[in-house]
Parts: sequence; C-alpha cells; structure tokens
Amino acid sequence: MSNYLEVKDLSKSFGNFHLKNINFTLPKGYIMGLIGPNGSGKTTTIKLILNMLKRDEGEIKIFGLDNIGDEQKIKYDLGVVFDSSYFCGEWRITQVRNTMSDFYPSWDTGRFSEFLRRFRIPQEKKVKELSRGMQMKLMLASAFAHRPKLLILDEPTGGLDPVSRDELLQLLSEYIEDGEHSVLFSTHVTGDLERVADYITYINDGQLFFSGGKDEFMDMFRIVKGGTYELTPLLSEKALGIRKFSTGFEALVKTQDLAGFPSLCAEPASIDEIIVFTNKRGENDE
Amino acid sequence: MKLIISNTSGIPIYEQIKQQIKAAILSGELKEEEALPSLRTLAKELKISVLTVTRAYTELEQEGFVKNVQGRGCFVMGRDSGLVREQLLLKVEAGLTEAITASKIARLSKEELHHLLDILLEANADE
Repeated sequence: MSNYLEVKDLSKSFGNFHLKNINFTLPKGYIMGLIGPNGSGKTTTIKLILNMLKRDEGEIKIFGLDNIGDEQKIKYDLGVVFDSSYFCGEWRITQVRNTMSDFYPSWDTGRFSEFLRRFRIPQEKKVKELSRGMQMKLMLASAFAHRPKLLILDEPTGGLDPVSRDELLQLLSEYIEDGEHSVLFSTHVTGDLERVADYITYINDGQLFFSGGKDEFMDMFRIVKGGTYELTPLLSEKALGIRKFSTGFEALVKTQDLAGFPSLCAEPASIDEIIVFTNKRGENDE
Repeated sequence: MKLIISNTSGIPIYEQIKQQIKAAILSGELKEEEALPSLRTLAKELKISVLTVTRAYTELEQEGFVKNVQGRGCFVMGRDSGLVREQLLLKVEAGLTEAITASKIARLSKEELHHLLDILLEANADE
C-alpha cells in the first residue's frame, strides 16, 4: 500500500464555518505540509482525520483502512503531536511513560528515554512545569516511542525557538529517510517547510486551494513588481493579489500569465507570500 | 564532492544540485561508475525535500550524466557517453570562442593564435 493517507471529498460544517470537498493524498515516505492562515480549517482537517470530530461527508483512509472503522488498528501506528500538551499537567514524566506504555503494544521505553535525553527533558519534572517547547518535545518523544508509521503534527513549531525548530526538521528528515514513514504537518510558520516538505496542501477559508508537489506549487506563482503606471487593467484582472504603495505595486500572478507582462520585474514567490497575496483578493492597501 | 545550497541565489534548489553534480562530473571529480549519494540520505543531510533531490537526479539522468539503477542507486556515466561528451565539447568551444574574442582585441594574427595554442598544449603536456 503506497498511500499512507487519503482524504476524499471531506466536508464538515459548524456554525458559519464550512470545510468543503477537501481532497489530498500523502504517499508513503514523504512529508506533507498543511498550510493556510488561522481559521482556514487546518486543525479541523486534522481532527477529522483523527476522528476527534465527526465528518459530514467524505472518506478518510489511513494505511488503506477506514479511519473510523479501523480506528484502533490505525492508531497503533499513528503518532500525534498537538500545539499544546495533551498530557495531564500534574503528571510527572514517569507517569507519562507508564500511561502511554499501557496504550501501545509496541511502546519502547528505551527509545522514549533516548529521546528524553536527546531533547534534554528533565525526568523529575511535572508536565506543567515544562516550557511550551519542552511539552512539544515530550509529545514527540512519546510519539516516537511506539514507532509510528505516520506522524501527524498540528502547529508543532508554534512555541519553538529557531534551534528547536531546526532540531525538529532534522528529526523529521531522519524519520522519513528509510522511505517507510510519512509526516503530515500543519503550520503557518512556513519558512521551515519551504525546504523540507515534499508536498503542500493549502487550505484557504475551508476550501482546498492546492494539493501537490511543493516545487510545483512554488513554480506556479511569481511576484511581479513595477511602478504605479505599469499596473494595467489586464494585470489587475490577472493578479491573484495586489499590494499598492505610493511608488509602485507588487502583485502575485500565475507563472503561466507572466508572458503577458514582459517588461515587469518578476521573481519567485515564497510560500508566505503566496498565502498572503491569495488572501487579499479584492482588497487594496493604500 | 562538495554540495552547497544557497537560499539567496534565486536559483531553484534542484537546479543548484544539478549544476554542482554536473560540474563535478565534467571536472572528473566524480568518476565514471561512481555512485551519487542516496537520494534520501542527501535530502536528509541537506534538509531538503526528497522530491527536490528526485527531480535533480531525474533530470541529470535525462541529460545523460547519470544512470539510475533500480534498487541500487544513481551512477555516473562515462565521460564518453554521448551527452556528457557533447557538454564537454560545448565547454571547449566556449573557451576557444572567448580566446578568439580576446585575441581580436589584442590584434593577434591567426598564426600567432595557433602558435600560442601549440605552446600552451606543449606546456600542458609536460605537466
């Protein structure tokens, strides 16, 4: 089975938020970044995958199995890290270990201790006494301790300093090196992802904007820049987002439309820029 | 072989990898039949996407610089492989064209230029 995660036509509504027809596939051996601004539906998607929310429509398969029908079987092979600790704050690290080892038949205490050492997590502390970054690392150590095949991380880099972020990316690269493990990783700090992710799924306001190879995603767009007089009606129409200022403008266009504007200065767009500009449609900054 | 990725050059990462591997092959630093680093190891070490390295290796294969052997890895093709030879010829041509341009500015005659090339060839053969 070559796909570790398949999401088909996934929909969920609550109140005035609608997640609509989300489709993506994560093959075995790769890292996928789930990106989008706050409130776009990243965490909802992850909760639906983990069956922590009930989907309205669609299908989710993990390791080729239904995420609800075979939930327990799937979860033995799944490691999960959230943006805030899911352990009881009063627990000491030893209690985390004892509790988690009861749930996972494949739990490896040696491996857990190894990660605690690697992350320099003091063993005698209570969970609530750890910093946010340390709590994230504790979840990661506990996830790695049962040797999951798929790791799902929701905003893991949120509370991390640059050194810890780099460590995390290093770990994820090591984790997938053998081609038998995959990572789904939601974030709005896209800088790190830009290098390490193989696939990007971009959700914007509950809708799927793009899912596919990261290089392909970044090749699809260019930033063009020019003086105010160069902003023609055609360009305004083609642009996915425009930022105007007193001496000129910057706009995001599709690379395929670039040929129409040969005189403008064009450069590759970062993932951040793509997200920012695709959220500005119709707005004009002064 | 040295492989460095620049974040500010504006050149896509797969292209940077390609260029550096090509240069290493053309300079002889990477020898015929030598294996390139495994795709996934290289991705891990450079902390870049596996697909980015895949793209670089695939394009190198299409251009005839390396050969992908299923399950064994990527190997450098011989320098007489047609495409690699073509690239080398292009490099020679470019160098000679530059010399011709410079010799025009210096007002060297055709004979003088030939003579100079002969001297350099001899000097090089002595080394």
